[in-house]
Amino acid sequence: MTDPFQIHRRLLLGGALAGVGLAYAGRAAAQAGGPRRKLVVIIARGAMDGLSVTVPYGDPDYAALRGALAVPAPGQADGALDLGDGFGLHPSLTGLHGLHRAGQLRFAPAAAIPVRVRSHFDAQDVLENGGEGLRQEADGWLNRALVAAGGSGALKGLSIGAQTPLILRGAAETSSWAPGGRVRGEDRIAALLQDLYTDDPMLGRNLAQGLETEAMAMTVGDGSPLRRNDVNGLGQAIARLMTGEAGADVVALSVDGWDTHARQAAQLRTRLAGLDQVIGGLRDGLGEHWADTVVVTATEFGRTARTNGTQGTDHGTGSSLLLAGGALKPGGLIGDWPTLAANRLFEDRDLAPTLDVRSVFKGVLRDHLGVDRAALDGRVFPGSAAEAPALGGLV
Amino acid sequence: MPPTPAHDAALALTRFGLGARPGEIDALGSDARGWLLAQIRSDGAPNPPGGPTTDERVEAFLDYQREARQTRRAASPEAPMTEPATDGGPEPAQAVFDARRDSRRALARETAQAFLRRAQLGATTPHGFAERWALFWANAFTVSATKFQSAVFMGQYEREAIRPHVFGRFADLAVAAERHPAMLLYLDQAQSIGPNSVAGERRAAGLNENLAREILELHTVGADSGYAQADVTEFARALTGWSIPGARMAQAGRRGRRRAQAEQALGRGFVFRPAVHEPGSRTVMDRAYPEGGVEQGEAVLRDLADRPATARRLARRIAAHFVADDPPQALAARLEQAWTGSGGDLAVVARTLIEAPEAWDPTPAKIKTPYEFAVSTHRALDASPQRVQPLQQALAAMGQPMFAPPSPEGWPDTAADWAGPDALVKRLDWARSVADRTGQTDPNVVAAGALGARLGERTRLAVARAESRAEAMTLLLMSPEFQRR
Repeated sequence: MTDPFQIHRRLLLGGALAGVGLAYAGRAAAQAGGPRRKLVVIIARGAMDGLSVTVPYGDPDYAALRGALAVPAPGQADGALDLGDGFGLHPSLTGLHGLHRAGQLRFAPAAAIPVRVRSHFDAQDVLENGGEGLRQEADGWLNRALVAAGGSGALKGLSIGAQTPLILRGAAETSSWAPGGRVRGEDRIAALLQDLYTDDPMLGRNLAQGLETEAMAMTVGDGSPLRRNDVNGLGQAIARLMTGEAGADVVALSVDGWDTHARQAAQLRTRLAGLDQVIGGLRDGLGEHWADTVVVTATEFGRTARTNGTQGTDHGTGSSLLLAGGALKPGGLIGDWPTLAANRLFEDRDLAPTLDVRSVFKGVLRDHLGVDRAALDGRVFPGSAAEAPALGGLV
Repeated sequence: MPPTPAHDAALALTRFGLGARPGEIDALGSDARGWLLAQIRSDGAPNPPGGPTTDERVEAFLDYQREARQTRRAASPEAPMTEPATDGGPEPAQAVFDARRDSRRALARETAQAFLRRAQLGATTPHGFAERWALFWANAFTVSATKFQSAVFMGQYEREAIRPHVFGRFADLAVAAERHPAMLLYLDQAQSIGPNSVAGERRAAGLNENLAREILELHTVGADSGYAQADVTEFARALTGWSIPGARMAQAGRRGRRRAQAEQALGRGFVFRPAVHEPGSRTVMDRAYPEGGVEQGEAVLRDLADRPATARRLARRIAAHFVADDPPQALAARLEQAWTGSGGDLAVVARTLIEAPEAWDPTPAKIKTPYEFAVSTHRALDASPQRVQPLQQALAAMGQPMFAPPSPEGWPDTAADWAGPDALVKRLDWARSVADRTGQTDPNVVAAGALGARLGERTRLAVARAESRAEAMTLLLMSPEFQRR
């Protein structure tokens, strides 16, 4: 029947991680010596309202534009959590506020992708593929960064969720994991399936990676099953997948539900609380590794400066880009604040962008993960050298 | 491997349908194309039996909304009222809360039952192609249960707005879909108010562009067909007034009733409210539409449905769903020509798909979605789902929760979307749980019955030599031939 050698080479499960190492052999210079640096990219899908996340309470036009949806200034009931410089965090982001006080939170209040589109799907593609226009790349910038960092052996990528998002698709092989699976002890069925998949390499590769990751998630942690609404627990579970010898270095995860066209206040309150808890869970789970971690939260575009007729907002342009993590250098605003004055709004409706998101991504990849500068301009974000130079001083 | 009648029979059931039941491949005979063509009927695709109508659901939904308002009022009596108080003041808070929660559960239960009935139809139907075609069009006009209001109407939406029209004219399908309460609630149309309408003049502008945008971007011409933001806004203005009974703006209508015309109930839960319709003529994608009522928005929609860009986009999507993630250009072109040549007659397009040589390439290409995987597994085992909850859990774990695509874009359709590392582990988990419960059923017979001539030698041997029936069944369900179609 099956060759016993084949079974051995494909040993996938169980607490021993010997087999796991095979796919990622040969750690290269990017992470050699010193603590392993970690990057988490959170994609907020649906156009997160930056004006409600990093609230510009000090801007003279904010309250009038937002009316009943305006977040009150710090000190008032349900008021923003002060960040200084006339900005505050939405009151649901208590954990992130704590990080700010510790010098572990930075933000760009008016960042955007390089292309003006109002379609969620087109804009998310641009956010994730890192190209300078629509439908330029079929893979994601984070995957290309893994390649540039020295091949799939140097940095391990992991996507959270049943589908691998565009940002991590590409030549470098990555793992995926979603909470809720069970792993059976026998590896026999896995080996038999690998035989069936001899002529179907995609299925073979993907099943193998899925089983490896499942084994790690369930055996490295305390093994207690994840409750469905436990967002902090999810953050901690992801953190567990990032620690240890075979842990992931680069993680991508999506958070949905930001498209607040109607009754925005209640929906954002819940969504932001969830975002706060997932980042809190990451920090709790990473423990000492938090000092070497950066968490980026980005969205495809922002929302209109004014409210619409259904207590919500419509598709906009500039939005907030958040950086959290112990590896950050404390500092002020990232990029300029264009103000919400009438003559400064983009197309008379949106917060004008003053910073290309790619500049921030490049700065983090270069200073935190040591990705080569020329590779960043040439391969990871093609065509971005002049338009979006890497932003230093973040890490 | 040259195509043979046996191979074609298996293909007709597995690629074009939801998989083969025992004996179905043998019984199909040698005219696979004819068997498929016979499923194209002018009265549309078959319907899952039973269940309330849209009008009945609207009544239940309005009752629920009334209870919800009473709950809010009972919870905070000093909150500003949005409606005049009913007789006799607020009821005891707890009783009202319980009534609302029970209403909500009842609504959700019926939606889950609608899903079960649809899955049962999928597991037992002899018209697998018509079923797949219907599911495709429901996805092309996605309404999702992620929003409770639209979740209420999912079963009725597919039964009344989609299935009857899937072999008719595309423009008729589009109009039926966009007018249904499920769609109007999902994309926030029911509350959209024209700023210069009778109601709009009494309060701040209340235009909502969501439906107009998604019709342009996702249902018809597509994002790269050259429309601008102004077209979205103009279309949204034309659509104002498209609503459902009892929406909160009824109040606005009431105040303006002396001046405005009464609302028009146009059947199946669709109501047109002249009081909130933006007056004036409109221009959308360089075409002018004179001032009018409900027919103004409908005229724009029909024109969009008839545009060549719509035909091109959807022809490609059909080819990508049935044949290959990156479909042969010749196939997409042939479908597009059939579409434009027949004025958007979907029966003609379906016929063209069935007769296209590219659609009969023996190599299994497309990965089944979790739903297709689950239903085809039931068919292979001559079974039908009995309870909705296990099915719901399995599909949610595999990444395709019941009736709930995450966005108006609908369920994606490529291998990268469905066959990622974690998704395959979840499929393996489910396949194993199914295999553990198949008892004494002979896996070799199941394999032959499910795949016929498409069963490869490697898989056939693995199933035959497995250590146990459960192992054999797991291998069959996870085999490339069964994971793909």
